[in-house]
Amino acid sequence: MIEVRELTVKFKRFVAVDDVSLSVAADETVGLVGESGSGKTTVARAIVGLQRPDSGTITLDGVRLGPVARRPKARQRAIQMVFQDPRSSLNPLMSVASIINEAWRTHPDSAPTGDRTMAVHRLLEDVGLDPSVARHRADELSGGQCQRVSIARALAVKPRLLVCDEAVSALDVSVQAQILRLLVDLRRRHRLSMLFISHDLGVVHQIADRIAVMRGGVLVEEGPATEVLGSPRHDYTRSLLDAALELNTHHGEVGK
Amino acid sequence: MSPLLSVAGLVVDLPSPAGVLRVVDGVSFDIPEATTVGLIGESGSGKTMTANAVIGLLPGGAVLDGALRWRGEDVLRADPGRRRRLRGREIAMIFQDPLAALNPTQRIGRQVGEILRRSGMRRDEVRRRVVELFDRAGIPEPSRRLRNYPHEFSGGMRQRAMIALALAGNPALLLADEPTTALDVTVQARILRLLRSIQRDEGLAMLLVSHDLRVVAHVAHQVVVMYAGRVAERGPTSAVLSRPAHPYTRALVQSVPAVRTRTAIAHPLPGAPASPARRPAGCAFHPRCPLARERCRSEQPVVRQVADGRWSACHFAGEVSRS
Repeated sequence: MIEVRELTVKFKRFVAVDDVSLSVAADETVGLVGESGSGKTTVARAIVGLQRPDSGTITLDGVRLGPVARRPKARQRAIQMVFQDPRSSLNPLMSVASIINEAWRTHPDSAPTGDRTMAVHRLLEDVGLDPSVARHRADELSGGQCQRVSIARALAVKPRLLVCDEAVSALDVSVQAQILRLLVDLRRRHRLSMLFISHDLGVVHQIADRIAVMRGGVLVEEGPATEVLGSPRHDYTRSLLDAALELNTHHGEVGK
Repeated sequence: MSPLLSVAGLVVDLPSPAGVLRVVDGVSFDIPEATTVGLIGESGSGKTMTANAVIGLLPGGAVLDGALRWRGEDVLRADPGRRRRLRGREIAMIFQDPLAALNPTQRIGRQVGEILRRSGMRRDEVRRRVVELFDRAGIPEPSRRLRNYPHEFSGGMRQRAMIALALAGNPALLLADEPTTALDVTVQARILRLLRSIQRDEGLAMLLVSHDLRVVAHVAHQVVVMYAGRVAERGPTSAVLSRPAHPYTRALVQSVPAVRTRTAIAHPLPGAPASPARRPAGCAFHPRCPLARERCRSEQPVVRQVADGRWSACHFAGEVSRS
């Protein structure tokens, strides 16, 4: 469905993304893993059109995508993004209902035809929030609730690909599990494709069908999640796995 | 043998626009000599406030109650001079963000040597000792690197510099508050290994504060699980994690995203961690608890011994591992 081919992004002379090719099929969730500076967020920004590639192409159903401002509306809304910090990605003074209505104003072809209040309530229920949350301002909500609103806002415009950039990294672990569960359920209910970016291999493993590993702007390994985690081919993936902490190893074993 | 540090019925009240908040509500645990205790909890659990109370770094207006006994001496009521000497010497600290703790305008070697110079050590001895400390903290080429400024160090190297600085005063207790949270996983693993080896080799006691159960599981001999300003459970790390005696601990263990199992999202807890501002009556965890019943809503459980070395604040601790 979405295909990134030979993507290169440079910041002055620094090559942030170096010849990366990656695709996400319909109904598929691809996990993109890497440490800080690996280029994973730059790949995401290029896909949503916030970062102009120096070379390479990004296509949706075979049609090439330009920067977000030059994308036709329908193609803009086909790809939505959920960010790490739910508090700073929502206007704290706007009510949840107006945040969602704003998305419909931007993309009128995705707006419901009937009662908008009811549509907002349905959307909130879809992401596991009580409809009464619609009246609240974003700054009255918990981190987990804010992230659910961010997801509802993304879903409001009926996207086909959801790009989640460290979307659960700032959450408490008990809330993180809820949001991951929600994403898995939504993906099934709405037949969404997902590009799920995280530095945490464990988090990615909970949700991804395939995993791509980046290091220093280069995609070093890519394959089915069970293979990449079970029998990694690249040394760097192996070192990430060695460093990943588990609960069930004995006290005293940190990596090797 | 009496513990190095004994925290007994610690209470911390903080003023807030909404009135006085009890952010730590009757917390008790011991840190024995040469032992690492992990303090684990989510937001609002009071873990950082508990640690700050131990080192006497609470915001203005904070009111404390209970007792902090350092080798038997009540330091909560000691004079400020005694408390200052305790902090930085006998108790040293490392934080999540070493850049905030290091002076950006001073060479790192000078900062690490500060405490040594002030104790009257000769210049050449200070230098020799700083090189030793850098080496102990795993900083390569110590005699060259001690001339660097903090901004010339990577995140992992800065944390190593903080560790060298903490060790300079030859402390008995190292307090580490989220020491690897800001680091990449490969760097995190190396820093945790370093902390473990230092703890073991120097016979240090360590209080490790973390939101990440995985970090605590790998470093701590004992664990204290906090929820909404109270202790939910404490005991030896491996026993607590493999057979939790509190439903909250069990949920935390199950929520940990593992690389080798896909179980974190099977049964997520509902709701968000309780905050001290809106602490539910009875057991603070009851609105999220799968075992909750009438008694949990009305009666606040006390932390009681449920097995050898195991303490739990659940009315139904015996049911946790069976259900």
